[in-house]
Amino acid sequence: MSEERVASLRNRWFTTSVGLAAAIALVGFLIGFLWLPLAQPGERFRGVWDAICSAAGLLHTPASSEQIVAADHPTTRVEVIPQMLDGADAVSIGRGATLALRCTMCHGARGLSEANSPNLAGQYSIAIYKQLVDFKTGARVSAVMAPLAADLSESDMRDLAAYYAYLPRLSDSSAIHPPRIVASGAPLRGIAPCGACHGEVGAKAGAAWLEGQPVAYLRTQLEAFASGARRNDIDEAMRNVARAMTPQEIDAASRYYAEHP
Amino acid sequence: MLNRTRRVLVTLLTGGSAVWTGKRLVLAHFWFAFAGFGGALLLGEWQMFIRSPLAAWIGDPELYYRSVTAHGTTMAYVFPTLVAMGFGYFVTEQSLKRPLIGLHWAWFGWALAVIGTIMVIVPIALGRASVLYTFYPPMVGNAFYYIGFVLVVVGSWIWVALMSVNLYRWKRDNPGAPVPFPMFATVAGSLLWGWTAVGAALEVLFQIIPVALGWRDTIDPGLARVLFSWTLHAIVYFWLIPSYIAYYTIVPRAIGGRLFSDTMGRISFALFLVVAMPIGIHHTFEDPQVGAGFKYLHSVFTALVTVPTLLTVFTICASVEIAGRLRGGKGVFGWLGALPWRNPAMLGIALSFVMLGFGGAGGIINMSYQLDATIHNTQWITGHFHLIFAGAIVIMYFVIAYDTWPHLTGRGLDCLGLMRAQLWLWCIGMIVLTFPWHWVGILGMPRRMAFYDYTNPEIAREAVPVIMSVIGGAILVVSAVLFFIVLLCGQTAPRSEPEAYRFSVAVRPPRRVPAALNGLGLWLGLMIALTIVNYGFPIAHAIATPGTAVPAIMVGERR
Repeated sequence: MSEERVASLRNRWFTTSVGLAAAIALVGFLIGFLWLPLAQPGERFRGVWDAICSAAGLLHTPASSEQIVAADHPTTRVEVIPQMLDGADAVSIGRGATLALRCTMCHGARGLSEANSPNLAGQYSIAIYKQLVDFKTGARVSAVMAPLAADLSESDMRDLAAYYAYLPRLSDSSAIHPPRIVASGAPLRGIAPCGACHGEVGAKAGAAWLEGQPVAYLRTQLEAFASGARRNDIDEAMRNVARAMTPQEIDAASRYYAEHP
Repeated sequence: MLNRTRRVLVTLLTGGSAVWTGKRLVLAHFWFAFAGFGGALLLGEWQMFIRSPLAAWIGDPELYYRSVTAHGTTMAYVFPTLVAMGFGYFVTEQSLKRPLIGLHWAWFGWALAVIGTIMVIVPIALGRASVLYTFYPPMVGNAFYYIGFVLVVVGSWIWVALMSVNLYRWKRDNPGAPVPFPMFATVAGSLLWGWTAVGAALEVLFQIIPVALGWRDTIDPGLARVLFSWTLHAIVYFWLIPSYIAYYTIVPRAIGGRLFSDTMGRISFALFLVVAMPIGIHHTFEDPQVGAGFKYLHSVFTALVTVPTLLTVFTICASVEIAGRLRGGKGVFGWLGALPWRNPAMLGIALSFVMLGFGGAGGIINMSYQLDATIHNTQWITGHFHLIFAGAIVIMYFVIAYDTWPHLTGRGLDCLGLMRAQLWLWCIGMIVLTFPWHWVGILGMPRRMAFYDYTNPEIAREAVPVIMSVIGGAILVVSAVLFFIVLLCGQTAPRSEPEAYRFSVAVRPPRRVPAALNGLGLWLGLMIALTIVNYGFPIAHAIATPGTAVPAIMVGERR
């Protein structure tokens, strides 16, 4: 081809376009990384390099005065991942069945309670495992459960979770229309639909399957979350929700889940 | 083979005007694109209705998010990509005046896009991929959804490669001759897409698909958002480019004028290539993982995108003025009245400019770090990109379809009244849809929610504008129905041999073009260099920072 070379310092198009692009980037850099950060009255930079690093998005190392404040009560140590308990085998379920013999007094022979304590049959294994760990560490307080969970080993808790998840749930035959708080929540009070995490609309890892649980249990737990007596919920999700709920909504949600096995 | 030889012979004998091997290819692209558009439009209007005060709260919000995902995925990835591909093949044959090189590859690319679209839609319909078209990790849906997306992109990359191959071969056979402007612009658009799709492709291939297939449990949403922003803004310019090509190469010819400046056109498209890429982080202004300095830098380059758009507005207005004066218009404004307003191309570009003006003004607010804080993630944003894309850009897709249809079908298309009604309704519907959206966005209405409690005094005043938007959407549905009627009229009209297709001719047709404006190497180099300057550090930093991955949330796993 007889065309002139583009990538050459003698080509005015090349020098002008590259020069302009570089100049704009440079001026933008000077303003964005030097002038603007240093002009912020609230920022305390230790020199120019610190300002540049901050503008680039590098994390500030906390000064020694900024100590992390520890909670004054035990917090959960369970990091919930949706796949964390996948792949439980028959041995694990069998061991869980044996261990569960000591739970039958309250939770029923096949995981179905007749004593207003939660039904565990068919409950998500992550929910059971997390509550057991929290009872053991004291993140969730219960005079009954704490001594029972105290000497459970890690594998005991996994086996129990696997066993109860394996048991059949109460069968779902009714078709009750869910109340608004369950189906839609209350958007302006920051309440997500109960059903978004606890079944009906969706399910989130760590959240329990609520359908068929005793109404007294559900109501007590919502009230405990609201008052702060129970505080082992992840990221305070349930405390924030329950605090914003009216007593009527607590009642409606508890009744709906209890009557909808 | 024999047929093809004969066609080439005919071409040679008639001086290269009757070249046309890709009619069915282009029609296949257009029909598939418009079919997707029609379906997704109905979903959009349903969404408008179901979240308005006219309907009871939706019992299962999941259905709403399914619909949003299907609407967005189809409208953002399938519809404009297929239009750009089909129009690109059309421009290649008509402007280079020779058969498309790689026709079989082009059909293969189309097939990939079709298969990919089906793979995308099925998991969405089953509720297994309600992740919205922006993916939003740590939400992760069914792997088929993402694999389908990759197939659509790979199909379009075949088009990207074919555009460059055709240009390269033509230049080799015509040394020193100026590349026809429509082809220059089309290749610029294809290269822009080729590069801008890389960001989302990296995100999907290396971050999301391994999780969707169960090989990994965690994902870094910050990195994913930065990579997606690489694609998210320049993709808009990729959508825009067929419309801009129509501004420059169809409208002046269709209304009997001349293109004011061929050089100005080339500079505009070259600038789009350079400044469309290093700006995407203005989509992550509120994201903590990106430093304020880079946000500012991207803001600066976003401001520069106004330059090629203003150059285009100036050039096109001047070209239209030439048409007005050639038709006898006199005086400072007299030429406006002399314009052929009953011509769909004239009407289309005028309405497109109106929407581009309002949408562009809104965009300047979005790109400002400070002003964005007010409207970030509100309905304002939805209003903005509908006005620009669904309005200013898509109305020109209609004009492209109307202008090329007789040449694709070999049948006349003369229902001008229907076309005008369709274009008017599209513009009116889009304004009635988006202006109230902008307003409720300023009032603070969040986007992408399945229901709103309009009985609450805090948001009760958003109810009326939302109802107006529903009406705007209904007008758009009517307009789309008219559009399909026009196309079907064209498919069933009696056969007629249209004259050879022509693009606009410049006032001074180029005899020699500077090498920098006769190829795209320089601009491609600048595009890549600026991408590295503006994205290199944020991406490297996100990869190098430990402890940023979070557990993936599998969408639609269990209920």
